[in-house]
Amino acid sequence: MAIVDLSEVRKSYVKGREEVEVLTGIDLAVEEADFLALMGPSGSGKTTLLNIIGGIDSATSGSVQVSGQDLAAMSRRQLAKWRSENIGFVFQFYNLLPVLSARRNVELPLLLTKLSGKQRRSNADTALEIVGLEDRARHKPGELSGGQQQRVAIARAIVADAPILVCDEPTGDLDRDTADEILELLEILNRDHGKTIVMVTHDPKAASHARHVVHLDKGQLSTGTDEEAA
Amino acid sequence: MSGMGLMWANLFRRKTRTFLTLFSLLVAFLLFVLLRAVAEPFAGGGVSVDGADRLVVTSKYSIIDLLPLSQLGEIQRVPGVEGVTHQTWFGGNYQDPANFFPKYPVEPRAYFDMYPEFAIDPAQLDAFENTRTGIVVEEGLLARFGWNIGDRIPIQGDIWSLKDGSRLWQFDLVGTYRHRDPGEAAPVALLMHYDYFDEARSFEEGAVGWYTVRVSDPEQAPAIAGAIDALFKNSPNPTKTSTEAEFARSFAAQIGDIALMATGILSAVFFTILLLTANTMSQSLRERIPELAVLKTVGFSDARTSLLVVGESVLLCLIGALLGVGLGASVLPAASVVTQQFMGPVSMSVDIFVQSVAFAVVLGLVVGALPALTAQRLRIVDALRRG
Ligand SMILES: Nc1ncnc2c1ncn2[C@@H]1O[C@H](COP(=O)(O)OP(=O)(O)OP(=O)(O)O)[C@@H](O)[C@H]1O
Ligand SMILES: [Mg+2]
Repeated sequence: MAIVDLSEVRKSYVKGREEVEVLTGIDLAVEEADFLALMGPSGSGKTTLLNIIGGIDSATSGSVQVSGQDLAAMSRRQLAKWRSENIGFVFQFYNLLPVLSARRNVELPLLLTKLSGKQRRSNADTALEIVGLEDRARHKPGELSGGQQQRVAIARAIVADAPILVCDEPTGDLDRDTADEILELLEILNRDHGKTIVMVTHDPKAASHARHVVHLDKGQLSTGTDEEAA
Repeated sequence: MSGMGLMWANLFRRKTRTFLTLFSLLVAFLLFVLLRAVAEPFAGGGVSVDGADRLVVTSKYSIIDLLPLSQLGEIQRVPGVEGVTHQTWFGGNYQDPANFFPKYPVEPRAYFDMYPEFAIDPAQLDAFENTRTGIVVEEGLLARFGWNIGDRIPIQGDIWSLKDGSRLWQFDLVGTYRHRDPGEAAPVALLMHYDYFDEARSFEEGAVGWYTVRVSDPEQAPAIAGAIDALFKNSPNPTKTSTEAEFARSFAAQIGDIALMATGILSAVFFTILLLTANTMSQSLRERIPELAVLKTVGFSDARTSLLVVGESVLLCLIGALLGVGLGASVLPAASVVTQQFMGPVSMSVDIFVQSVAFAVVLGLVVGALPALTAQRLRIVDALRRG
């Protein structure tokens, strides 16, 4: 079974008297250790779909199975715990806590585990090493470049060993070269660490780093361009 | 890092704001400690109702006016009077005005007969009676000043000078007294021999401060008081006689007013602090909505997220309280020097400490409640969209 398995997923918002359907019956299967790019015009519902996969938003109807769990059947508390074990999030604007050092930001998800303080710190350092930022562990986000901050965010996403990474335009705020470095890092995590990655992007060059690309438009996925990625 | 570390880091995200809030908390708790310390000695009745059978005879016009010793015999003869003795205010300092404690010239044996609740070793009482320059003191003074029985104690007079014009009085410490009930403290004082005092002083010979009278039947006390005052009504030294219990009652009533006032001040101060701290917390929360959403995204439950917020507010109030209590504890000894002269020493107690901490926790919970609820209800996707 696919690690992400959506069928007939609908999502609608009620605005005033109007009901706007953003996702109109999505079927999507992502295999374990795949790297999927999700493209589409602004407002097409990419973020909405990604949030549903990551368990921070819920579908209006349809079935959402991720890591073998039926997310619709879980309480908020169960979902929170499930996210901490299964999903790593990477956002366009990094979303680090400005008051914490890089290491402490990375350590954050580990506060929910039973690890000792020492183990937490050493795991955080390992994650920082993987993203190549071990020498910036004590810096606060404000003292890091955009690319470095995104690396810290990626370290935070992988520190608890989540099998799935969901990335919402992770390079949207970065210049070309820095973007390429981040994308190469994601490729390594996919290839060498077996992470399943679902990445939203506007940028065809970014999408070319993925194994598969799907397009979202008018609430529907078109999978015709399946193998266009390198 | 721990959850505590996270709260700590968040607390100081806006240093100036946090320090200003801490400062106002500090002031509030300092005030709390000082007012509590002042009110505490009087809490729970405070003034003893010992001696319902004792009357105090002072000058009608002013408690400072002296009375002639010749009145003693006349009071003694009033029917119902069982015993009379007298005391006088000596003033004076031992080494330093800060070492204040009352000093009274008394009639040694008559004094301890009048106050059977004070215990003194019979041999020491004999020595007191037979040593003209002898004094006895409340036993706590020995430790306070490192005195020993047999020491010569110099007292610098302020009201009273000696016949040779000097003001340096020399006394010999012959004994101590304490309360007969080990659970109670006797009033701190130095008692000297009236005969020696009267002979040595340079003026006002034969005058005393006030009389203390014991009556055989406390029921008759008001009538006897009237009889005593009637006796001297038309003399050059009219008197005012009241029961010790009356004295205590009017004293307690005044203290009640003080306690009420202190409570009023504290309520106003803490209400202001409540608003101020609540404002700090809600500002800090508003800035942080997207960050709280991130915490929830990585797996912090709603309950845990709101605990972090309320914990931060309790932490803030506790730090402010501890700073205020610490400062209070360090200024109280100095304040005590002043208050001792008119109401006894004030000091920091375990009770005040516990009350302060409890108060800080409650304040933190109240202030943190609304932000915590907001944090608890926060929906991740909405919050991320806003950020
Ligand atoms: N809470 C909400 N209430 C109402 N409408 C919403 C809400 N959230 C999203 N939408 C609407 O859903 C649609 C999809 O939004 P979404 O953020 O998923 O798009 P997107 O593809 O990620 O766009 P972009 O590329 O600009 O990030 C938009 O039209 C948006 O206005
Ligand atoms: Mg989006």
